[in-house]
Parts: sequence; C-alpha cells; structure tokens
Amino acid sequence: MLKLDNVSKVYRVGAFGGRTMTAVSDVSFEVNAGEVVSLIGESGSGKSTIGRMILRLTPVSRGAITLNDTDISAVSSTKDYYRHVQGVFQDPFSCFNPIFKADRVFAMIKEAYFPQVSAADWRGRVESALKSVRLDPGQVLGRYPHQLSGGQLQRMLIARAVLLDIRLLVADEIISMLDASTRIDVLNLLADLRARGLGILFVTHDLSLGNYVSDRTVVLRNGKIVEMGRTELVFGDPRHPYTRSLLASVPRLDVKWIDEPETEDGDAAGPCPYHDSPEESRTRPGLAEVEEDHFVACSGCADHPPQAEPRTLAKENA
Amino acid sequence: MSLTVTDLRVYYRTLRGDVKALDGVTFTVADGEIMGLAGESGSGKSTLGKSLIRLDGRMRHVGGTVELDGDELPIGDDARMDAFRFHRVSVIPQYSMSALNPTRKIGKMVAELMASRGVRLEPAELERRLDLVGLSREVLDRYPMELSGGMKQRVVMVISTLLNPSLLIADEVTSALDVSSQKAVAGTLLQLRDAGLVTSMIVVTHDISLVYQIADTIMVMYAGRLAEKAPAGVLVTEPRHPYTKMLISALPEVGVRYEEDSRLSGIPGSPPPLLDPPGGCRFRDRCPIAFDRCAEQPPFVEIGPGHSVACWKAGE
Repeated sequence: MLKLDNVSKVYRVGAFGGRTMTAVSDVSFEVNAGEVVSLIGESGSGKSTIGRMILRLTPVSRGAITLNDTDISAVSSTKDYYRHVQGVFQDPFSCFNPIFKADRVFAMIKEAYFPQVSAADWRGRVESALKSVRLDPGQVLGRYPHQLSGGQLQRMLIARAVLLDIRLLVADEIISMLDASTRIDVLNLLADLRARGLGILFVTHDLSLGNYVSDRTVVLRNGKIVEMGRTELVFGDPRHPYTRSLLASVPRLDVKWIDEPETEDGDAAGPCPYHDSPEESRTRPGLAEVEEDHFVACSGCADHPPQAEPRTLAKENA
Repeated sequence: MSLTVTDLRVYYRTLRGDVKALDGVTFTVADGEIMGLAGESGSGKSTLGKSLIRLDGRMRHVGGTVELDGDELPIGDDARMDAFRFHRVSVIPQYSMSALNPTRKIGKMVAELMASRGVRLEPAELERRLDLVGLSREVLDRYPMELSGGMKQRVVMVISTLLNPSLLIADEVTSALDVSSQKAVAGTLLQLRDAGLVTSMIVVTHDISLVYQIADTIMVMYAGRLAEKAPAGVLVTEPRHPYTKMLISALPEVGVRYEEDSRLSGIPGSPPPLLDPPGGCRFRDRCPIAFDRCAEQPPFVEIGPGHSVACWKAGE
C-alpha cells in the first residue's frame, strides 16, 4: 500500500543554508494494509522525519513515496490525501486547544469533510468511533482537555483519525508520554485498527513496545536502515551489532545488566554479515537478505567508519 | 540509618484548596542503599523528591519530619535548608539541559559554583570524577550546547556530587535519553555510590524496569501514599500490592508479543483527585480485590524482611 522508494531527506543547515545535513538516506520499505510496521531508532535517527514526509509535513528530497502506486507529492489536494492518511503524535496535550472543549476536534472533521451529514447521524458516528477506541462517549464528550487524562486525549485523537476513511495511520511516539497503566491499552488499540485492515507505521524509540505490537520492524541509525524484517526475526535473531547493542540496553525485569556479559559496542567493527571484504562494500552497497524477510546492512566495512558521539543541538527525545 | 522520613505531608496550595500530593509517607533509606521510587504521574513521587531538597513556592510542609544522619532537615524553612543543600542532600534534576548555564563553559561554571559555596576544589579531584563518569577533560572547555544529552546529564551528575552529599535524589534522570545513553547514565549512578561519593540515593522514575537494574530496593507510590516497598528482586517477582501487580503485568517486556487471546491489559480507571481525596485506600476504585474494609486506610506494614505493603489483603 504505502511504499518508500530510496527516500532521502537533506536539510540545509548553517547560517545561510550553506551546509547540508542528511537526515534520511536511501530508505526503502513498505507498509501493507492490515500490518503494523514499527520504525525504531534513537534520537537523530530520522524516524520522525520519515513520518513527517509520509504525512506531507515536509517534502521529500530524493526518491518517492507512493500510496497505492500514486506518488503522494503528486496528489494536488492535501485534503484528499489526509482523508486516507492521518497522523497521531507524541504530546496529546499540545494537540488540543485548551480554550475549547476537546470534542471540537471531531466538529472540525465534520466541517471539513462531512458537511452534508446530519448532526444526529454525525453524533452516532462519533460515538461509535469513540467506542472503537474503548472510550465511553459520556465520559469524554463535552469536557475540556485539562479534564481528561493523557491516555483519553490520545485515544480521542485516534478516534478523530478513524472518523475519516483512513487507510494509513502514522503513530509517532504515541505512547511515550502516557503512564505505564494506560500505555498498553493504547498499544492494543493499534492491534484493533490493524484487524480492521489499516496499515500502521508505529514510530518509536522503545524496542519493547515495537516488539509487542508490530508485524515488521525497521531499525534506523543515522538516517539509514541497519536492519529490517519480520519482527520475530529482527528481535529474535538480530544480525547487526547495532541492533544487538540496542536490545542489550533495554532494561528488563528478568535479567540485570550486571549479570549479563558485556556486549560489543554498536560502533565496534564486528564481522560484517554482508561483505567478505571492505573492497566489496563499495561494489555492493545496500541491504543484504540474510534469510526470508530479514535484511541487514553492512556493519564493519570501510564505508561505515566508527562515529564518535555526535555533537548535537537536536533535542533528545525527538 | 541514613534517612528517616516520618509521616511526611506536603500539600500544594491552589485557589480551590490544598492538593494533598504527599499525604503521610513513612520510610527509611539505609546507608549505601539505592532506593528506586516508582509511580505514575500524580503519584507524588516527584513531590517527595523535591520535598527533601527544596519546596517550591506552591508547596507547603504540613506535617511530618525528615531526619538525615541524625539531624532533622528543616524542609519547610528555605533559608535554614541552605546549610544542608548540596553539602548533605543533593539533586540531579530531570532536565539537565536546562540546569546548565548556556553562557558559561562547563569548567568556568563549576569554578563559579564552588566559589559560591566557599569550597576549594582541586583540579585533579574534578578530573578524577570526570573520568569516573566517563567524560573526557575537554568537556570543561565546552559550552553546554556542544554536548549531547547523555553527556550533559553526566556533567550535571558530577556537579551535583562535588560536595559528597549523604543523600542524592535523581529525579527522572534517564527519561529523556535514548536507550543506550540510559544504560550509561544508570551505570554512572551505581558508580557514584560504589566510589563513595554519595552515601545513599533515591532514584525517582516512572520506569520500573530501568530502576530494577540499579536499585537495591523499590518503593511504589500511588496517589500521594506509599503502596509497597521491597528489595528490588522481591518487588518485581513477588509483588503483594494489587497496584504493583497490575503495574508490572502491564509492562510489555522485550519478548512479549501481542496475541489476540492473551493481550496485556492496563489498569482501568484513573487515580482519585488529590484536591479532596476519598477516605480509605485510594486504589480501591480500580482494585479488583477491594472489599468493605478498604473504606478504612490500610496501614503500611512490614510483611517480610524489608517488604512493606499498604493493603488489607497483602497477607493472603
């Protein structure tokens, strides 16, 4: 359904835009209908930039994003595009205007997309959308944002997206600001939406959340894909040293870090699963398919010199 | 006994009345103990952390005492607390990015801070501490904006512990960091304790799996009161309070996958308003095993070695 084909994003930075910074480079993957794809990466990995490009919030520098074989930048009406593709973001509190009641987001959808629908009919649709995200309409309608919890607000934003005829939902860190007791409910919602045939791109830095809900996983680092494939394969049998070090850093409740042997650093040049020699990496760039539906990038070769901790201005929890 | 907190109550003043954010909390932290303080937003965990170092303008010390190494901390008296602050009790704030002065190089800022406290610091000692947390000496010549978030967090950790405090409060120090820097920063906390730069530590966090990695004991708060305190391993494997049990079972661990018939579930409902909280156990509206007696506040009692729970049914 959604297809990214060698997509890159280059930002101009510096005083007069004299320098460039590549945030995303040559990323290709697909999101099919009825599938959750999680896009995992640390800050600065370009995961949110990819989400923003899919939502047409920022243009693509090179490559193409297609939705059902139509280039999304060629869709002239953004309104028509957003009928099918919607995003939900990290901070539910800043998505609502505190002056208005929270259900105004639904009224705005009606004004923009369904002006001909009668008020009673619309109310029925809103209530069924709210029920589909497991909210009690009586508890949330007519309330102001400050009277609702983060989890309720986040679910209202998902309900708002569901009111449209969406095929793809970009969920950018939607869980990070929620409390542990409500997180899992919002995460389960993504599975409910998947069962209705939606494609979902779940952008997150939290590996355990991605592992819980997604069918396929894409691991990003510095704008490049380091590993992708079926979630069980990527998490069960990670091949790239970076994926391994990420997994080892996740705090768990059954193993303590100090009981585990030191794992190799993601920067350390391990044996490359892809190339036999550094020379070969110049002739065969890209990803290698190590098994069915499991792709790994070159790790230890000459064109990926170990990088120091970046000196960065970027906010940490992008 | 390093820290003894007895029936501490700290309320927030609002126009509509007092918000009882911390309502009768009693616990101890032993010398050398790293205690994880876990809870959701609004549980009072940050209020407790802040109370031990500095009450802000809206906070009011209503009752209870805090004793550190035998001396009572005058937590309601901002001026008298100054004698204890940073020398005896210190804090690592959540946003290290905003704790550093953007117009000063790190080295200059440290020198100014030490001068303001009237303490002389040997450059060699500072360098030793930078080595300990894995920072190169060059950071002293850098501005805060030239450092990554993990590095800034570690700079703040060094600064906070320069006076070898007896108690260090780490308030959500890892929540804004990536997983790999999280691990490094958490490891640094352990090193500070092991090197004897701080005696004991309270690590405030919402992430139980992270604090489990470094803490000796974990205390769980709910709606301004203590729910459970136990050695870290016991709390995670044999929690007795229903809230702790539900909280831990709601965590998607690495390796847990979504399945249609066995999905994890959250805790339905939300915490009670603390402006006028209901009497009795504050978790009872969301609790699956609540019964009549829960209308009465259960005491925080010890049911095993170092394991205290506030639940009438904890013994069952």
